[in-house]
Amino acid sequence: MTHPATILFTEELSPGIFLIGFKRTFDFVAGQVIGIAIKENDARRLYSICSGEKVDEIWILYKSVEEGYLTPQLSDLEDGARIWVTAPGGEFTGDGDPAVWIASGTGIAPFYSMLRSGLGDNKILLHGNRYLEQFHFYDEFHEALGDHYVRCCTGETDDRVYPGRVTDYLKEQQELDPTLKYYLCGSADMVIETRDILISKGIPFGHIISEIYF
Amino acid sequence: MREQLFGKTLEELQALSLNLGLPSYTGLQLAQWLYKKEVQSFDEMTNLSKKARALLGEGYDVGYRDPVTVQESVDGTRKYLFPAREGKFIETAYIPEGNRGTVCVSSQVGCKMGCLFCMTGKQGFQGNLTSGEILNQYRSIPEWKTITNLVYMGMGEPLDNLEEVLKSLEVLTSEWGFALSPRRITVSTIGLIPAMMEFLNKSLVHLAVSLHTPFDEERRQLMPVQQVYPLKEVLKEIKSWDFGRQRRVSFEYILFRDFNDSAAHVNELSRILHGIRCRINLIRFHPIPDTPLESPDEETMNRFKDKLNAKGITTTIRASRGQDIWAACGLLSTKKLADT
Repeated sequence: MTHPATILFTEELSPGIFLIGFKRTFDFVAGQVIGIAIKENDARRLYSICSGEKVDEIWILYKSVEEGYLTPQLSDLEDGARIWVTAPGGEFTGDGDPAVWIASGTGIAPFYSMLRSGLGDNKILLHGNRYLEQFHFYDEFHEALGDHYVRCCTGETDDRVYPGRVTDYLKEQQELDPTLKYYLCGSADMVIETRDILISKGIPFGHIISEIYF
Repeated sequence: MREQLFGKTLEELQALSLNLGLPSYTGLQLAQWLYKKEVQSFDEMTNLSKKARALLGEGYDVGYRDPVTVQESVDGTRKYLFPAREGKFIETAYIPEGNRGTVCVSSQVGCKMGCLFCMTGKQGFQGNLTSGEILNQYRSIPEWKTITNLVYMGMGEPLDNLEEVLKSLEVLTSEWGFALSPRRITVSTIGLIPAMMEFLNKSLVHLAVSLHTPFDEERRQLMPVQQVYPLKEVLKEIKSWDFGRQRRVSFEYILFRDFNDSAAHVNELSRILHGIRCRINLIRFHPIPDTPLESPDEETMNRFKDKLNAKGITTTIRASRGQDIWAACGLLSTKKLADT
């Protein structure tokens, strides 16, 4: 079941990466997803909610895929345009316990939602991107997490970022805390490789919670 | 590369014929040549006009692709390697058993679902197969005339490639196509709910759902899909669907030692499946490299089966076939070829 939502803004944060917003008319838990369609009867695509639980707007962060059906149309919508959204769902939800968040690309969305919902204490965040300009919520994550926010960048170098992929960073770690929960969100390749690395470093698979872009 | 005709539906063949300035009945003639007869070229399609054959030859291929390698297990199972587009490869298993011959086809190159226990999942996702590439795995193995059953349980999540899977099913089950009974075909899914409902609506073939544990928290650990399409929602939809008398829903349950093989699992399975006319296929876990999961022993498998049967859930153990050639459930992978 979908219901209409009116676009409040569409912003291209960096080339090909968009943030759209519409009025929040439902409650959700940080980390949950909603289905989005341009037309009422179109197949819905799932996206993590990026905004905090108490904010009046729902934000969705996505990468526009040129050959895709939904995202190019979504990016062209003007303020006031109507889209169709489902009720929130999914169980990739966090809590206040210490944990490691690991994201690639727009997989940062659920973690930003968790941060904005007050779940940022005692968290470590590893985020991978190709370019520096793609770390869109740097200021807020850095302020909240300090040195526990590690940016991994493959396409550009900077003194303040790790030069390589998230998986490279993890492979270099001598010890990982097996008592922590590890939340993974991103492409299938990243999630699968990261999960294998974590398991090889002694993290019980029950402590690894994965969300893959379906 | 020229467009392939094999795998197209009658409607597509008719539209293609009209686009070429040919009569629409050419579409039906093409379907009969492609799916009822054995020809390798347009020149052999003797009831088409010379003009039609020439036009088709200019822009299209018939579209059959032979397997490039075959491996044979000690138990008779054969694993075929087929080329897909852009230098990719897929695997197909043929499993003979008495009078039955089952072919297990792939629907994607790799898979993006990331299930912890699956070798295909470890390869990541390299692309969807077309209807023609799916059907070619059936039509282009030497045993194709002896195939009695067809299962979509090879590489990939079939319902993540719904459009092409539905097209392939239409070709397989239509009178103008291979005219197979839908009751000979099973499509397996991990439970992508919207696609599953569309599949149930648009097809008559059997459905198999990968369940693997009745407990949400455990399923989250095994299958990332649980985060977005929880099992309870999948079962709610299945309970609301009228499968009729002929159509079957079954649940795949891979047994892992000391993980999902307890009496509590039996009891919970019995509770959550109550009200669904179904069966459970128990599958022994086939270990993959670097896995934290372990395979159960024979006694545990039998005990689990017996307990489920005692609860009134028809349960069978699926024989492990082709394990020595990595053709058994969860072992298909072309990762090495994808990396080169």
